[in-house]
Amino acid sequence: MSSSRVLDPRQRPSLLESALSHAGILVGVAFALYPLLWVIALAFREGTAPVRQVLPLPLPFTLAHLTHVVGAPHFGVQVMNSLVVSLATALVGVGIALPAAYAMSRFQFAGKQAGTRLLLATQMFPMVASAVPLYLLLQHLGLLNTRSGLVLSYATTSVPFAIFQLKGAFDAIPKDLEEAAMVDGATRFGAFWRVVLPAARPAIAVTALFAFMSAYNEFVLAVTILDQERAFTLPVVLKRYVGEHDADWASFAAGSLVVSLPVMALFYVAQRHLVSGLTAGGVKG
Amino acid sequence: MLRWLLPLLFLLTWGRNSFASDAAPVRLWHAYRGSERAALDQAVAAFRKRSGVEVEVLQLPHDAYASKLAAAAPGGAGPDVFIDAHERFGDYIRRGVVSPVPRVDASLFPRGAVDALTIDGELYGLPLALKALVLYLNTELLPNPPPSIEALVATKLPDGVFPLVYEASDAYYHAAFLHAFGAEQLDPDGSFGFVGPRAARSVEFVRDLMRRGKIPEEAGGSVVKQLFISGRAAAYISGPWSAGELDGKVRYRVAPLPKLEATGQPLKPYLTVEAAALTPRGAKNPRAIQLLDYLAGEDSANIRVKVGRQLVALRKLPPAAAADPFIEAFATQAEHAVPMPSGDRMRTSWEPANRALKKALSGAVTPEAALEEARRRFDDMVRPPPPPASPTPLLLLLGGFSLLGAFRLWRKASRGELWSPIRRSLPAYLWVAHAVVAVGVLVFVPIFVGAAASLYAGPQGNMHYVGLANFWEILTARGAPLLSSGSFYLVLLVTILWTLLNVALHLLIGFSLGLLLSRPTLRLRPFYRVLLILPWAVPSYVTALAWRGMFDRQFGAVSAILESIGVEPFSWWAQFSTAFAANVSTNVWLGFPFMMVVTLGALTAVPKDVLEAAEVDGATRWQRLRRVTIPMVRPVLGPAVLLGSIWTFNMFNVVFLVSGGEPDGTTEILVSEAYRWAFTRQAQYGYAAAYSVLIFLLLFFGSRLMNRRAGLGAA
Repeated sequence: MSSSRVLDPRQRPSLLESALSHAGILVGVAFALYPLLWVIALAFREGTAPVRQVLPLPLPFTLAHLTHVVGAPHFGVQVMNSLVVSLATALVGVGIALPAAYAMSRFQFAGKQAGTRLLLATQMFPMVASAVPLYLLLQHLGLLNTRSGLVLSYATTSVPFAIFQLKGAFDAIPKDLEEAAMVDGATRFGAFWRVVLPAARPAIAVTALFAFMSAYNEFVLAVTILDQERAFTLPVVLKRYVGEHDADWASFAAGSLVVSLPVMALFYVAQRHLVSGLTAGGVKG
Repeated sequence: MLRWLLPLLFLLTWGRNSFASDAAPVRLWHAYRGSERAALDQAVAAFRKRSGVEVEVLQLPHDAYASKLAAAAPGGAGPDVFIDAHERFGDYIRRGVVSPVPRVDASLFPRGAVDALTIDGELYGLPLALKALVLYLNTELLPNPPPSIEALVATKLPDGVFPLVYEASDAYYHAAFLHAFGAEQLDPDGSFGFVGPRAARSVEFVRDLMRRGKIPEEAGGSVVKQLFISGRAAAYISGPWSAGELDGKVRYRVAPLPKLEATGQPLKPYLTVEAAALTPRGAKNPRAIQLLDYLAGEDSANIRVKVGRQLVALRKLPPAAAADPFIEAFATQAEHAVPMPSGDRMRTSWEPANRALKKALSGAVTPEAALEEARRRFDDMVRPPPPPASPTPLLLLLGGFSLLGAFRLWRKASRGELWSPIRRSLPAYLWVAHAVVAVGVLVFVPIFVGAAASLYAGPQGNMHYVGLANFWEILTARGAPLLSSGSFYLVLLVTILWTLLNVALHLLIGFSLGLLLSRPTLRLRPFYRVLLILPWAVPSYVTALAWRGMFDRQFGAVSAILESIGVEPFSWWAQFSTAFAANVSTNVWLGFPFMMVVTLGALTAVPKDVLEAAEVDGATRWQRLRRVTIPMVRPVLGPAVLLGSIWTFNMFNVVFLVSGGEPDGTTEILVSEAYRWAFTRQAQYGYAAAYSVLIFLLLFFGSRLMNRRAGLGAA
């Protein structure tokens, strides 16, 4: 791992210190995992009832709920829908945000401050009031019941946050790097593409992850726009296990575990970018 | 890699995105689950086979069903035929979701069911099934139906067994008692009926049962079901939907609800008629009418009885139904039930009724006081919209502003200040143009239209301009004292407290864990990182419900933990402090991974040599953190904190799913109030939009203040 290169032997921590760090993290891990154990126990326990216990165990164990959810018709297609829509959202959202964030970070232009404020303002207006107009708009654009309509809505909603996140990252990258490249004959875009983007990789990865997750877990817009079993994304599919008077919590829990798997896998991959950060990229200034 | 992946994904999403086909099958929407869904699917398959008409069935999640129908059907985008409960139909007519059934032999169906679906002389759907509450009996504890509730609770039972369980604090269940006391939740004239001496006596009666330990005190749906399944309850009031989960786990039989000796009347539950109905588009399609007729007819009824065990709404029950004692009990009950009133006022009455019932049963206030308060609330929610206002002042204002703007532009242009800054900015504009267009169209336009709706009132689709009347009503608490329960100002205080607490805890936990995780010498780092991110990976609507369950008094893990250290379990939802704490813990759990990841990302930008230099210079660890690390991550963390505050301020999911506003609406935040106005309280979209605009203004000026004070660096 690249970070070991900068590791100084003097920094090797004492036993007590590392014990304390582990203890601190383990407390956090316990806090993070405990409610999830409940979901797991519910998903793999026979029956659907809650059981009062301090440590939730999935006993007696059963895979029935899981197979019920996974074996439902179209489940494979729906998983693909969710993945494709979320991945496209991440790519389109970050793709739109990258040049804009770069301009925000590097250029002075008329309307920049107002634009920044407006972007922030989009995050403040509750969805309750803007969801209906968005639906009507998509209807006018002929984008109802299409995954592209969903991708466009998600991607544009994720752009403001992505711009903030990426602008922060670009601000942290010294200008000398791209200026040097431009002195060497690169265009502004070339410098952006070959120098700035690679240096901002961790931030881009995190931003894309955010966009992916927001699309992946979104329910209200998805259920409003999509009209076809084969077009549904996973949150819509899962919510169907909850009825008016009662709910199939076990299937709901089992389904939500399946739904979480790709995100966990994705984070596992993305975190490589988090550690192999700018320190390895020669940006130390 | 990006270079080819992007076009590929576009192709994937664009290429196969149109699902509409030329054959145009009849589209049927429903929200059935489990065996009822299976029954419907079979019935549709039989219809398809017999008629050759292609049918496309779509099962939708219950909690989005009505709003989706209301959004799609009026514009012709929705189904041809849909299935829903009759009490929604009044609302659907107003919104243009449903059309009358053209020709029908009403004598096929029970009179009550037809009446429930007849509005202003027109029949708006064909009845499919009837739903009502009945009494489930554990036959090992109670072989025969008790003659009365009083006799039931006097039955000798083993220790720890409740004579009766049901969701006592839910007004839908309480209505059975209310009717037995001779009152109704909504009077025939549309005024709030859950008030006055009879209603108070019904609440007093149930409260007395609770005090005597005859029914459990805190009783959510899953808890009472579990009590019955585990043999700790002799009788259980519930609807047909519970049977599926009881089968094979407990020996039971079903009987109509017993009598109440106190009044001599039987308990009368609400009757819901599930009906198949036509949208305006379906009403023009003969094949859709064909499907409708089939679904309500005898063949489909047979399938629905056998597979779905539905109490089908036919005057002449299919033989399979007549032989089933389960269905027979429901049929008897349906004759002694009160058809639920259809329409907005009924739907609006649930919230005040539920809140009053909970409050009175908890013993915090007398039933009389709680019910009187509920009536005031109801009257407040159904008050007529403000009168139409003249748009002239607005137009004058807009005209004035545009004149002023034009004038300033002209002055700038005449001084030559207009074009040069723009010309200088042109290269930068090339970099932001696509973002401006995309965000402008799909984000700003909806927000702008939504904000404009705040100047309108009345039902959706038929709104009129009222000027600032919505804002005036909100800001004057509609004539009530400014800090009264549910007023804008009180909710605002709760929202601010909510935001501050959450963001502080997110930052504290997220930043500390991020710091710990970024230590290069830490073993198992990737492993920890994945575990700590998990709360964020699981959909929040799932985990919010898991948290709600953990705080349950009977079965919750928190109760179990508290008990193991000797603390008596208590109801988390009975006081503001504990309910609020439960909400905050849930939201902190959901949100700390975000701050942790942002911290991790920011920390990678802190050059190691600066830290090393500081260390060589003798800076302590704390000094390095204060003087080097924090200042360097601040440009990244600042905007994250600001955005986190904004998101938390508008975090509707957790409040809605965990405490649901309990107790008595005190843990409600502004955005959940707006949601309630938009969807449950007479669907006052303009009013909800005005709330949204106020939320926006608060956040906008709040964040500018925050920026100026703390220099968070976002705007």
